Amino acid sequence: MPEFLQHLANAVILGGTYALLGIGLTLIFGIMRVVNFTHGELYTFGAYMAFMLAGMFGLNFFLSLLLAATLGVALGALIEFVLLRPLKGADIDTTMLVMIGAGIAMQAGEQLMWGGVAKSVPNPFPTDPVVLGPVSVGPIRLFVLAVAVVLLLVFYLLINRTKLGVAMRATFQDPDTAALMGVNNGLMYTLTFAIGSGLAAVAGALLGPIFVVTPTMGDLVALKAFAIVILGGLGNIPGATIGGFVLALVEEFGAGYVSSGYRDAMGFLLIIAVLAVRPQGLFAAKERIG
Amino acid sequence: MTARTLAWLFVLFMATLPLWMNDQYILYVLTSTGIFIIAAMSLNLLLGYTGQLSLGHVAFFGIGAYTSALLSLGFDLELGGGEPLVLEPQPVWLAFLGGILMAALFGWLIGRLAFRVRGAYFVIVSVSFAQVMRMVALNWVDLTEGPMALNNIPPLTVWWPGEGVLPLYRKEYYFLLVLAVAVVSFLLIQRLVRSRVGRALVALRENESLARSVGINITRYLVVATVLSAGMAGAAGALYTHYIRIVDPDVFMFIYTVTMVIMVVTGGKGTLAGPIVGGLLFGFLPEVLRDVARPEMQWIIYGLVMIAIVFFLPQGIVPAVAKLFASKRSSRDGRTPATPRVSEGASS
Repeated sequence: MPEFLQHLANAVILGGTYALLGIGLTLIFGIMRVVNFTHGELYTFGAYMAFMLAGMFGLNFFLSLLLAATLGVALGALIEFVLLRPLKGADIDTTMLVMIGAGIAMQAGEQLMWGGVAKSVPNPFPTDPVVLGPVSVGPIRLFVLAVAVVLLLVFYLLINRTKLGVAMRATFQDPDTAALMGVNNGLMYTLTFAIGSGLAAVAGALLGPIFVVTPTMGDLVALKAFAIVILGGLGNIPGATIGGFVLALVEEFGAGYVSSGYRDAMGFLLIIAVLAVRPQGLFAAKERIG
Repeated sequence: MTARTLAWLFVLFMATLPLWMNDQYILYVLTSTGIFIIAAMSLNLLLGYTGQLSLGHVAFFGIGAYTSALLSLGFDLELGGGEPLVLEPQPVWLAFLGGILMAALFGWLIGRLAFRVRGAYFVIVSVSFAQVMRMVALNWVDLTEGPMALNNIPPLTVWWPGEGVLPLYRKEYYFLLVLAVAVVSFLLIQRLVRSRVGRALVALRENESLARSVGINITRYLVVATVLSAGMAGAAGALYTHYIRIVDPDVFMFIYTVTMVIMVVTGGKGTLAGPIVGGLLFGFLPEVLRDVARPEMQWIIYGLVMIAIVFFLPQGIVPAVAKLFASKRSSRDGRTPATPRVSEGASS
């Protein structure tokens, strides 16, 4: 039983960051119809920025986190502006190829810039775990969970309660009608991509002190984000949030009770199960996405 | 001179290459390029003719490689309980066939599952599938030796009159074998895309609802194409593994899929000659770049080339050149250039 609770705690903490990654990716797909193959690279970018600011320049960790997020948003906006805007109206395969090309170039760029040796972001918290009954958790992990939950809440308020959110949802449902109502579609696309990228960068920066930072760390993360998005149904934001936690649970318990070597394969098994049983995703209405 | 004669002249030129070319290095590069061209041709069948991007295509390549290697080496496997499963080493060509069949089988499975839904699902499923295959190759040490790799894989053999069965140790012969397999694959794909099946595939790429409305069973054709494509990629993988005679989990790396995709897209997806042109280009480019750029730079260049192709040459090289020739010829005849046909088998 204590072992079970420990796994549960680990899963919830991991699930928060997974949800951040998932909603960023699904937001971009839902609104822009772009399968974003740079998502993992933005995660890596966020982690390296946190390393550079906190580890190399000795900046305050929390400030570094904020700056890494801002830089992620800026990089996302840049990618959208340079690569996707000129391809407006292109089909999904075309933008996918461009995103794959950009992803490869970014990863090789990170390799060139930082080398292959793993880096780690300094941990600003005491390393002694916080013990809560049978469960013990490092303070940094609690902080990661708190930030993730706050960001998820802010994101929901943004989408559901603000004018900007209404405009984004309108663009999601029908770009032409939204444009007729005075929504600047181009701006919505840039913002969508920037926000999604920022969420990925924050996730990377948050996990920097827990895991090590390497140029290829984004590959697996991108696959997990894809799995989360399929779980929830492509373009479905609440689905991706729940999907993030579901994947974390399955990974944690799968690694704990079945086989730790295949921990990262759990996402794929989940995708297969979902496609076999409920192809439209666990939480989507049928035929929501084409 | 027709395109057909030109193509056969090219094959003839390649076939005589080992007779007058003594540079072993170039022969080596050409052989591995040939293997990748076969893989790219198989990818083109899906990406070019059905419009489905198989972004985990290297999985089928790797499954072909591992299956063929394991069958030719033999293995014994502790499955728990009683007797271990022991397999004696099999003849290499039987192993080669086994590699093709195993890859095709996985193609069928993935196709059946992923094509239940349209859209980006197939891309995502295929890319994760390749990653999972890499994990299996790394973790199932009893079978695959994990990161220690499978070594001493026997080379393919050939029967020669008067000599009997000879292992293909020499580069020249292996080059000719790869050339032969490439020609056979090309002819197979050519036959296929000009057949009823090929027309159905193009129809569903161009307009799925319309294709469905005239009674084409979309999902079945997509699965058929995936099975064939996977089998051919498996053949390329098996050729590869018996050539370099070692196989490790890195054979499943994403960058190999990217290499295949970039070959197809640059050459011209949905054209028969596209993967060959793109393949030759990107087979030799790394060798040329090797002296001037580090591998990371090479990947940055690949990424940028991919973006540039989409922006400036979205159809790829082969259709662009074909169009150029067509407009030249018709302006000489004093006619306006014909509207380019929707790319299909004709532009070889």
